[in-house]
Amino acid sequence: MTLLSAPVEYVPTGRLRISDLPRLARRHRLVAIGGGLLALLIVLALAAPLYAGDPLNMDPFKRLQPPSAEMWFGSDNLGRDVFARTVFGTRISLMVGLTSAVGAALGGALIGVLAGYNRTFDNMVMRVMDGLMSIPTILLAIALISLTGPGIGILIVAITIPQLPSVARLVRSAVLSVRERPYVEAALCGGARMPKVLWRHILPSTIPPLMVQSAIICADAILTEAGLSFLGAGVPPEIPSWGNMISSSRLYLAIAPMTVFAPGICLAVMVLAVNLLGDGLRDLFDPRSKRRR
Amino acid sequence: MNGPLLKVENLTKHYPLGSGIFKKSIPVIRAVEDVSFSVEAGETLCIVGESGCGKSTVARLLMRLVEPTGGRVLIDGTDIASLKKDALHAWRRRMQMVFQDPYSSLNPRLTAGQIITEPVENFERLSRKQRTALAADLLQKVGMSPEMMHRLPSELSGGQRQRLGIARALALQPSLIIADEAVSALDVSVQAQILNLLLDLQQQMGIAFVFISHDLSVVEHIGHRVAVMYLGRIVELAPCEALFAKPVHPYTEALIAAAPVPDPTRARLEVPVEGEVPSPINPPRGCAFHPRCPLAVERCRIEVPPPVPMPDGRVVACHVRAPATENIPTQPAVADDHSPAHVS
Repeated sequence: MTLLSAPVEYVPTGRLRISDLPRLARRHRLVAIGGGLLALLIVLALAAPLYAGDPLNMDPFKRLQPPSAEMWFGSDNLGRDVFARTVFGTRISLMVGLTSAVGAALGGALIGVLAGYNRTFDNMVMRVMDGLMSIPTILLAIALISLTGPGIGILIVAITIPQLPSVARLVRSAVLSVRERPYVEAALCGGARMPKVLWRHILPSTIPPLMVQSAIICADAILTEAGLSFLGAGVPPEIPSWGNMISSSRLYLAIAPMTVFAPGICLAVMVLAVNLLGDGLRDLFDPRSKRRR
Repeated sequence: MNGPLLKVENLTKHYPLGSGIFKKSIPVIRAVEDVSFSVEAGETLCIVGESGCGKSTVARLLMRLVEPTGGRVLIDGTDIASLKKDALHAWRRRMQMVFQDPYSSLNPRLTAGQIITEPVENFERLSRKQRTALAADLLQKVGMSPEMMHRLPSELSGGQRQRLGIARALALQPSLIIADEAVSALDVSVQAQILNLLLDLQQQMGIAFVFISHDLSVVEHIGHRVAVMYLGRIVELAPCEALFAKPVHPYTEALIAAAPVPDPTRARLEVPVEGEVPSPINPPRGCAFHPRCPLAVERCRIEVPPPVPMPDGRVVACHVRAPATENIPTQPAVADDHSPAHVS
């Protein structure tokens, strides 16, 4: 996992205008490609009911059909439309990836800020975080799901929890270094109270590394979800998700390769898009990279 | 009440080196040791000294950015060094600080207007209109155009940024401004502009300054009284002209002699001091200056010289040049000369 060298100093040099966007996209190709691809996937997922068929409709007479005009990616072992299932599977992956990333970022940032600000809290909570880092994600997810029964909510929680320590550490170290800056002392001299100083002067400079870390977490979460679903410990099998599809179709790989390849390729493309975006953001915010806007 | 605006009594700050959970005593850095002075309303007190002599720590102690180990800081008779955080909040209005580095002391993400109005917004709610008016007013006071309020610090020059720092300090209309090396980071021509701005502000608003600097020419230009610090202690405190005309403490003498004079025809004085500043972790016994002092006598190695008031209004801590009338040792003589300083 790429941990950033903590607080990166990204200083805006002016206000962003719409007319600057094409120039920025050329400068930061990774952000443009990754972001564009991800945006396309989000639109396709949201608009799924408009162009894809029913992903749950079974037709035993059309099992394991090759791709056709009616079913673009053919059908699976229960005669379901693989194209429709792949498209609807996008929703699951995106939902798990984005909610885990946002959840881990918010939760981790809260823990990190408090730890950076309060020493007692720091000593207690960061030891818990160290402990959390030693628990394998998949094991924790399987344990939680066997306790509560399968569901998307519990899956997201299980994926988010092991990601908290990395975010908390990142934010904590950013807070620790920013709180020594003269402008923070100046704010205190001006009579600002600590919560305001945290919110106005310290938190904003943690956002760039947080965004990069969130992208990494998002990609990780998408893969973990697929892995858990493949193992049967993830999304309930009746919901079309890429992991479920690969899992249930793997026996028919030789007869109907599209049943495995369609979700597999989509998964790879989505993770690639998120990773490209993350790498691009890191370059954008990193003061050591020469290219700025 | 007619006492001094600011009165500092026996201010002391020791920084422990490491945490001492398992050790009985830990060495400390004696950053500021037994510093006393006072500042009248509208007056400029300069604190000079080499780097590491505790000047900046004094500034941070006055602002209570760090907690003092001992001593009192009285503003209009109230000891702000012992106030609780909440009570301190109200006293922040009386005293503001201008920082050394005009680059890192301004939040790079906020506009000039946001930076300078923030202190006021910590105490009262401002409407959008009031905020704009306040920002324009403050910018004008420091000689900047009101249009600058929408600029980010990165869009301003060093001098303009330091003006912003001053405007921020003025926002709460304090009676005392502490300027910690406020012009050291600037070019000489910009330095002069900023110093004149400070002098103008002092005349217009009657603000008192504690001006910390290592630059004697700056001090000579703006100071009313000057305190010379060496290794955490004030060795001489004198009216500005008197100090430069006739320094009494040998360290002051050396400091003034060592300052460069912009006159190529004038021969450089032989600097009467050799060696390095001793470590504040393990300061010499007696007068901290004795290992380098050309005048040192036996007594300087044993006793810390007490500050002695002189007839012309200065206070000097030196056994040779300003012998105390009573011979009461302020610190007992100890056999070993260099035992490390310990705090239990």
